[in-house]
Amino acid sequence: MPELADICNVLLLRDYNTRLVVICTMLLGCACGLMGGFLLLRKRSLMGDTLSHATLPGVGLSFILAVALGGDGKSLPILLVGAAITGVIGCAAVLFIREQTRIKDDAAMGIVLSVFFGAGIAILGVIQTMPEGSAAGLESFIYGKTASMVMSDFQILVFVTICVITCSLLLFKEFRLLCFDETFAAALGWPVKFLDILLLALITAVTVTGLQAVGLILIIAFLITPAAAARFWTNQLDRMLVLSALIGGASGWLGASLSAFIPRLPAGAVIVLVAALFFVVSMLIGTERGVMVRFLRQSQLKKRMGRQHLLRALYEILEGGRLTEELNIRTVPFRQIRGRRTWSDTQLRDYIRRAYNDGLVEAPNKVDSILLTKTGLAEAAQVTRNHRLWEMYLIEYADVAPSRVDRDADMVEHVLGEKMVTRLENKLQAYRSAGSLVPQSPHPIHPGD
Amino acid sequence: MSPESDPFIQVEQTGSSSKSLPLKIRDLTVAYHRKPVIWDIDLSIPEGKLVSIVGPNGAGKSTLIKACLDLIPRTSGEVSIYGQSYKKRRKRVGYVPQRESVDWDFPVSALDVVAMGTYGKLGWFRRVSKRSKALSMEALERVGLADYAHRQISQLSGGQQQRTFLARALVQDADIYFMDEPFAAVDAATERAIVELLKELQKRGKTVLVVHHDLATVPQYFDWTVLLNMRVVAVGPTNEVFTQENLRRTYGGKLTLFTQAANKVVQSR
Repeated sequence: MPELADICNVLLLRDYNTRLVVICTMLLGCACGLMGGFLLLRKRSLMGDTLSHATLPGVGLSFILAVALGGDGKSLPILLVGAAITGVIGCAAVLFIREQTRIKDDAAMGIVLSVFFGAGIAILGVIQTMPEGSAAGLESFIYGKTASMVMSDFQILVFVTICVITCSLLLFKEFRLLCFDETFAAALGWPVKFLDILLLALITAVTVTGLQAVGLILIIAFLITPAAAARFWTNQLDRMLVLSALIGGASGWLGASLSAFIPRLPAGAVIVLVAALFFVVSMLIGTERGVMVRFLRQSQLKKRMGRQHLLRALYEILEGGRLTEELNIRTVPFRQIRGRRTWSDTQLRDYIRRAYNDGLVEAPNKVDSILLTKTGLAEAAQVTRNHRLWEMYLIEYADVAPSRVDRDADMVEHVLGEKMVTRLENKLQAYRSAGSLVPQSPHPIHPGD
Repeated sequence: MSPESDPFIQVEQTGSSSKSLPLKIRDLTVAYHRKPVIWDIDLSIPEGKLVSIVGPNGAGKSTLIKACLDLIPRTSGEVSIYGQSYKKRRKRVGYVPQRESVDWDFPVSALDVVAMGTYGKLGWFRRVSKRSKALSMEALERVGLADYAHRQISQLSGGQQQRTFLARALVQDADIYFMDEPFAAVDAATERAIVELLKELQKRGKTVLVVHHDLATVPQYFDWTVLLNMRVVAVGPTNEVFTQENLRRTYGGKLTLFTQAANKVVQSR
C-alpha cells in the first residue's frame, strides 16, 4: 500500500513524474465535461461514441501515410489529424444513411461504429507486419495510456481546452437555442447547420485529444457521465455546464492520481470509474432531481396530506355529530375516525402520532379516543374551509379549474384571489347549517358512518 | 405582380391597395422523398386577419407553415411576406412551433425560453440583456405566467408550456404570426386565454395564421379560413368558405378527390 505522504505528493502534484499526466487528464476532464453537457442535451450521446470509434482507421492510415512519405509515423499531430478526419467521416456516414434511407439513427450508428472500428483493427494488424509498425504502440489509442503523455500532449490539450471554454462562453446563447429548439433557431435566421458543425468540431477536437488518455472505447463515458451527473444538481444550463466541467476535471485528477499508485491499473478505466462514482452519488443525493430528493418530496407530501386528512376527518365528525356548544368537547372515538376514510390502522396511528407531536391532538385515555387541542381545532377548521372552497370552485368553474387545482389547498387565497374566495364563501353559506364554524361541504359523503 | 391583379383575393382590401400582402404564396409544392406533401398552393392572406388552417391529418398544414418560414426546402413555387422573401422579412415574422417539437425536460426556465424570442434581434455573441429579460417578463405577464417565470419548464403543465411558446412569439414583436397547433391538448381555460390573446393581436393589426384541429370552434374563433388537403380546397372569410360542401371536399378523403378528378375527366370528354 502507498504511504499517505506519497498519496499527498501525487494528489498535490508534487510528484514530478505524475504531474504532467494528472494536469493533462484534469484539463481533458474539464473540456470533456463541458462539451459532454451540450452533447447530452443535443441528444447526440451515441453520435459521440460513433465518432470516437471511427477515429481508429484514421490513426492507422495516417501512420502508414506518414511512414510511406518517409516521415515520423508516431508524430502525434499527424495521428490526431488522421483520427479527426475519419471520425468526422464516420459521423457524416451516419447522417447520410439516416437522410437517404429509411434506416433509423441507432441502426445507422451501430453499423458505422462497428465497421469503422473493424477497419481500424484490420489496419493496425497490417501495421504490425510493417518493420516500423511493431514499436508504434498504436493500440494505446484503443484503451488509452496516460503514462505515455508528454509535453506536446499538454500543449495540444491546453489549446483545445481554451478553444472549448472560449466557444462555450461566446456562443452559450446560440448553443442553448440550438440544443433546445433547432427549428425555432432556424426560423430566427441562425445558421443552424454552421452551429451544429462547430459544435461537432469542438466535440471532435476534445474526443481526439482524449484518445491517448482514456482510449477510444471509454472516451464516451468521460464525455457523458459528468454531464449526466451534473444534471441531477441543477435545472439551469449554465450551472450544469460548470458543474459538469468540474466533475470531469475532478474525475481526471483523482483517476489519474489513483492509477499512479497502483501499478497495472490503467488510468482510462480508473478515470471512468471515478466519473461513474460521481454519477451514482449525484443520482442518489442530487439536490434537484436526485432519487433521495424525489423520495423525500414524495413522503413530505404524503405526510402533509395525511395530516390534512386527519384534521378534516376529525372536524367533520365533530361538526356532523354535535351542536356547536359541544364542539369544545372535541373528543372523537378512534373507531369513528377509522371509518371515515380508507386508511389502515397503522397509517392512521402514524398520522395521529405526528399530530400529537405537533400539539394538534391529545389522547386522553391513550386508547380509543382523540381530543383536538385548541390549535388543532383552529387548524382543522382552516383546512376544512380551504378544502371546501376548492370543492366549490371545482363545481362552479369546472371548465377552468383543472389548470389551477394542481396547487396546494393552502394556496387557495393566493391562487384564486380575495374576491373569488369571498364569492365562493357566500355560495357556501347557502349550504350552511346553523352553528358550524365553517360552511358545510357542498356534497356531504359519510363513508362508513 | 401587384396584389390587386391577383385572382385569389376574394375580398376588398380597405386601404391596403398600396401595401404588400402579409402573405402571398404562388405555386408552392413541397415533396419529401419524391412524394409531394403539398402541391400547387396558391394563397393570399390579407392584412389583419385571424386565419385558421384546417384539414385532415397529413394534409400538409405544418409543412405549409414550415415552407413559408424556409424551414424545409421547397420543390417549386415562391412565398412572399410583405412582398419580400422570408429571409428579408424575418424580423416581422413570429413563429410558434408544435409543443411536442422540443424536449421540455431541458434545463431552462420559462423566462429563458421566452427570452429566446429576442435572440434574433440580439445577434451574435451578445448576452441576453436586461431589456430582453424585461420584455420577456412582460410577455409572460400577458399570457398569465408571471408567477412561473423562474420555474424549470418541465414543472409547467401542458397548457402553461403552450403559453410559454406563445409568449416567446410575442416578444418577437412581429406583424405576422405562424402558429402550429397552439390549441393542442390545452384545457378550456388556456384555450380561452389563447383566443383572447389572438383577438388582441388582431386588434393591433397583426395577421395570425393558426393550424387548428377543432372544427367546431373555427367559425367562432377565426374570421378567415384556409381549407387544406394537399391542395387549397377553399380560402376566404370563414362564413363564406366554411360550408358543408367544402368540408366534405377537404375531409372526404383522397378517394373523393380522385373521384371528382375522374368525373371531370369523364365530363371533359
